Amino acid sequence: MNNLESRSRKTIACKDGALAVLVWGTAIAITGIFLWIAIDVTWHGIGQVSWEFLTTEPRNSGRDGGISSILISTGLILAVCLGTAVPLALGTAILLAEFTATHNRFGQWVRRSLDMLAGVPSIVFGLFGNAFFSITLGLGFSILSGGLTLACTILPILIRTIEVGLRSVPDDYRLGAASLGVSRTSTLIHVLLPSAIPSLIAGLILGMGRAIAEAAALIFTSGYVDRTPTSLLDSGRSLSIHIYDLSMNVPGGDNNAYASVLVLLVLLLFINSTATGLSKLWMHRSI
Amino acid sequence: MTKTSPATSSISSGEANFSNSYLVTRELSLSYGDRLAFEDVNFEVDRGEIVALIGPSGCGKTSFLSCLNRLTDLFPNCRVSGRIQIGSLDIMNPKIDSIALRRQVGMIFQKPNPFPFSIWKNIAFPLKEHGIKNRDCLDEIIERVLRDVGLWDEVKDRLKSSALGLSGGQQQRLCIARSLALEPEVLLMDEPCSALDPISSGIVEDLIASLRRKYTILIVTHNLAQAKRIADSAALFWVQNGSGRLIESGPVEQIFNAPKHSITAAYASGMRG
Ligand SMILES: Nc1ncnc2c1ncn2[C@@H]1O[C@H](COP(=O)(O)OP(=O)(O)OP(=O)(O)O)[C@@H](O)[C@H]1O
Ligand SMILES: [Mg+2]
Repeated sequence: MNNLESRSRKTIACKDGALAVLVWGTAIAITGIFLWIAIDVTWHGIGQVSWEFLTTEPRNSGRDGGISSILISTGLILAVCLGTAVPLALGTAILLAEFTATHNRFGQWVRRSLDMLAGVPSIVFGLFGNAFFSITLGLGFSILSGGLTLACTILPILIRTIEVGLRSVPDDYRLGAASLGVSRTSTLIHVLLPSAIPSLIAGLILGMGRAIAEAAALIFTSGYVDRTPTSLLDSGRSLSIHIYDLSMNVPGGDNNAYASVLVLLVLLLFINSTATGLSKLWMHRSI
Repeated sequence: MTKTSPATSSISSGEANFSNSYLVTRELSLSYGDRLAFEDVNFEVDRGEIVALIGPSGCGKTSFLSCLNRLTDLFPNCRVSGRIQIGSLDIMNPKIDSIALRRQVGMIFQKPNPFPFSIWKNIAFPLKEHGIKNRDCLDEIIERVLRDVGLWDEVKDRLKSSALGLSGGQQQRLCIARSLALEPEVLLMDEPCSALDPISSGIVEDLIASLRRKYTILIVTHNLAQAKRIADSAALFWVQNGSGRLIESGPVEQIFNAPKHSITAAYASGMRG
């Protein structure tokens, strides 16, 4: 009896131990990989990054000089992308969450298409953007084409996160507002959207992260001219394409590639933490 | 009617008159999809009365209340048939202005549901929606209704802090104040005390009793003692053949002391029948 009990206790302890090792192991492996990359990049890149690196144009195919024009192009592409994607996503998410029932045919159809779009490889978006924006609409290789193509790639993820955010606002607010004779539009503007702000910001973080890291969709649309763009119809090279080009096509470009990756990482971290901070601030404000 | 109600003045085609009582339903039925929630409810309420709606869970009391301010319009696949008259208004008329109607027929929910705004804005927001924008005017109304619900002294120093920081009982009184600010004629209350502790519940109950005659009140409650204490009349709903029905309605004395129906007798004496 005693023997049996202690044995079963032993097996339980054994299982618990195995589970703990597994869980911790995965966690450490994942953070380890990220840390390894981060440390490697910082190690190689930190030497190059300076104020001068950020404020001078690339020379000699990017081997020398800095990345000022690249940063400007990246910023412009991102601005075009968010400027189009956010209003469109907001409108679609409101339509899906507030004006179509969950089992409505149209809504389900839209949702399914979005989920499929979210899974489409970005190179396909790049080819589509090239065919549609660059050629059909005649925008050529330009920041505008690139930004609009990026908007297409991040729309699905933006729409779905905002929709989920709106749906998670308790129905109590909708019923309460309706029972006080508040119109649906006012309820949406004053009650529902403010409550959905945190999820909107989460969607923005995901979308911007994807947009900044995107290369494949931009090669065929915004091109890779590394001069400072003078208008949205100029071609412009984004940071991720710059990195790709330096490391794959330019012998001797490794050092500046490392430095650019470091800038990209810092930029991502910065966007992530400001957005999280904003969202916390908002939560605090509305409580 | 003494006051001209916004809903009547804006909708002339909404006129109806099939009874002398203030609030009347005729052959009212409601179904969610093909599931009948209640059917054939014929019910009359006089102006200024407090009516308790009682009955077991799931017999359609909440659904019944939601018909009276057309909140049912918000539920997908919910169908209502029959006739409803409040004052001289035909509620079922599809052309009725539901926004004006809901101003005239207020509703309090089982779970207090203040907006995630400040106490002040909770009351001001619906008022502004109905066109009252003057700051002094708003302040005056807000103070008056907060006094009416006995909340003024408790919150007058923190009108600008979040309503979600209030206790459950205070939140429920704020919700009542928010409805009263719109000067409704009818108040629909769906178990307004059930989420509250006995003391808060007592305060809210006294508040409701103090509204007698000023408003016509329909209150759903599972607390029979409470129904007996505050209501002038009562109505018992019961599930029969899979759907809710109005079994008996009448003055509280009748329902609790001399019921005409055996189910009422059993329910009122605390048995299951
Ligand atoms: N939105 C809805 N969709 C589908 N069915 C519903 C919905 N709301 C209520 N019902 C159903 O309608 C019936 C009546 O519900 P209702 O909420 O009106 O009962 P109730 O008398 O208020 O019950 P309780 O005392 O528990 O609040 C129930 O069987 C319920 O399952
Ligand atoms: Mg109910």
